[in-house]
Amino acid sequence: MLRFVVRRLVGMAIVLFVVSILVFLIFNVIPNSPPAQRLAGKNATPTLVKSIEEEWGFDESLPVQYVTMMKNVFTGELTSYSPRIPVDEQIEEGIPATFSLSIGAGIIWLTFGLILGYLAATRAGGWLDRALTGVAIAGISIPVFLLAPVLIYFLTYKLEIFPNGGYVPLTEDPWEWLTHLILPWFTLAVLSIGFYSRVLRSNMLDVMNEDYVRTARAKGLSERRVMTRHVLRNSLIPVVTLFGLDFGATIAGTAIITEVLFNIDGVGLYAAESIKRVELPPIMGVTLYGAFFVVFVNTLVDVAYAYLDPRVRLGASAR
Amino acid sequence: MSAPPLLSVRDLRVGFATEGGLLQAVDGVSFDLEAGEVLAIVGESGSGKSVTAQTIIGLTRSKNSRIEGSVKLDGEELVEADDAAMRRLRGERIAMIFQDPMTSFNPVYRIGNQIVEAIRAHIGEKVEKAEARRRVVELFESVGIPDAERRVDDYPHEFSGGMRQRAMIAMALALEPEVLIADEPTTALDVTIQAQILRLLEDLNREHGLATILITHDLGIVAEVADRVLVMYAGRIVEQGTLDEIFYDPQHPYTWGLMGSLTRLDRPRPHRLPQIPGQPPSLVDLPGGCPFRPRCPHEFSKCTEYPGLEARLAEAPDHRDRCWLTPEQKREKRQVEGQIGLEAPG
Repeated sequence: MLRFVVRRLVGMAIVLFVVSILVFLIFNVIPNSPPAQRLAGKNATPTLVKSIEEEWGFDESLPVQYVTMMKNVFTGELTSYSPRIPVDEQIEEGIPATFSLSIGAGIIWLTFGLILGYLAATRAGGWLDRALTGVAIAGISIPVFLLAPVLIYFLTYKLEIFPNGGYVPLTEDPWEWLTHLILPWFTLAVLSIGFYSRVLRSNMLDVMNEDYVRTARAKGLSERRVMTRHVLRNSLIPVVTLFGLDFGATIAGTAIITEVLFNIDGVGLYAAESIKRVELPPIMGVTLYGAFFVVFVNTLVDVAYAYLDPRVRLGASAR
Repeated sequence: MSAPPLLSVRDLRVGFATEGGLLQAVDGVSFDLEAGEVLAIVGESGSGKSVTAQTIIGLTRSKNSRIEGSVKLDGEELVEADDAAMRRLRGERIAMIFQDPMTSFNPVYRIGNQIVEAIRAHIGEKVEKAEARRRVVELFESVGIPDAERRVDDYPHEFSGGMRQRAMIAMALALEPEVLIADEPTTALDVTIQAQILRLLEDLNREHGLATILITHDLGIVAEVADRVLVMYAGRIVEQGTLDEIFYDPQHPYTWGLMGSLTRLDRPRPHRLPQIPGQPPSLVDLPGGCPFRPRCPHEFSKCTEYPGLEARLAEAPDHRDRCWLTPEQKREKRQVEGQIGLEAPG
């Protein structure tokens, strides 16, 4: 177990290092006005620009700038150019909203994806399976930026069922928190519901041909038990891997579009605005935060994987 | 003689709807199985032997399959029994073990729990876990799994192939069935392990009077354990008889071919291993006449007519075959280089 944790930590450090280098390089190659110029304002004197350059270290070589920036990342001193706000504070402020959105959407897509996939697989070839195939393909095909305005137009403006965007913290008012999030949750989940139901369906159809499913039938189990305990259980293993990747990616970035569309004040919205303003420190901060969660969630998935599949359990063969 | 047989199969026909048309996997198979008897069904892949076995316990039922004929267990009709009745009967009265013990256990559950699951499915969830577990330990000991107390908590991947097949047999015996169907139980095992598993099956058959259907393509195994033999080809029985009748006086050229393909240690090694030429026919569109005709070197004009399964030997009324050759012709033609064979190895 210790070896597993150490290996993961080393892996995470490598991933974060590579990601930070890439972000830093990309930022420095894209066409952009010098940041000192922008910080100084439109009618700044050359001396002011010069002093800002020195203060922020823009006159240093790129490797030095990189090292300074990474030092700031780890000491929590990373600040955005204008307004000069610590990046870690901004991310911390955004995390409750982003996590509310991502975790809720994750639960919804996993629940609905699994239910619909199970129904389709156990009735493969039937009318319900065909109907669910159509629904799933529609869900996968509708882009989020189309779905969100349509939902907002009909359910918020026309029928006035849901509030118009924004985020209310759970600690402030749980009911408002819920009603504000329902539309974003589903917007974010629809694609994955469709996708997961398809993946589970095809996994289950594969597993149904396994010898051990025949054994389960041969020993006289009920069809329902064969389907849940043997077919579904074994079909979940690849789904869990997929969920780890997708959930990490949602926290790290997929949520951005949904946050922007529903004006949810989370990390994604902060990232979108920073990108618009071409500010390196927040982009770096948000990217590292995202990369951290992708690696972290995948580590959790590997632990869950060992629980689901005894063959990969560590040290199992040593017994 | 008067009591009905334990298991009676009459004119069983199993077809599957495929894209190419109806595939008649089993075409009019009939046989009886008495308590304590070992019946071997032999044939190549695709001869219908596994489908026959799986149909007996209702595993071939599906939207795409068509099952006709009759399977009676103790006089009770199974082909028309509803799914719930078949479910109760599976495992409890007729148990089945499969070819590949490597893939026949669910990899994610402990072996002991998979057997407990079978016990509880029939006796009910009220069987206490500890009691069911004790039963599994007993079963493990009875099939010769060492250190049973500890091994019940192992996962399938922690068992060797031979041990898994023993565990499979333990599972099949859990509810003391009357009929055991063993579908190629030793094919995936090493030769030394094969012998152990066969010995185990033989002991169980003797001690418990367990009626056994042994499905195999290996005549060596048949010779070890079978009382009676059915030879199947293209979904039909082409020859049936007692072990001695089939081995010492085989009547059908296909049986000769199977025997000729056995390599014998007491003879000089042949230049090439003998084989039956050609491929088994497609079951979707079977040509008329004897289905073995295209592969048979002894084919003659009469073979365009489909022969019935008849006793052709006056001295052995239960030895039946589907070949038009006279017994005298057969005795002469099956001699290949001093032993039984289909034709001289080329």
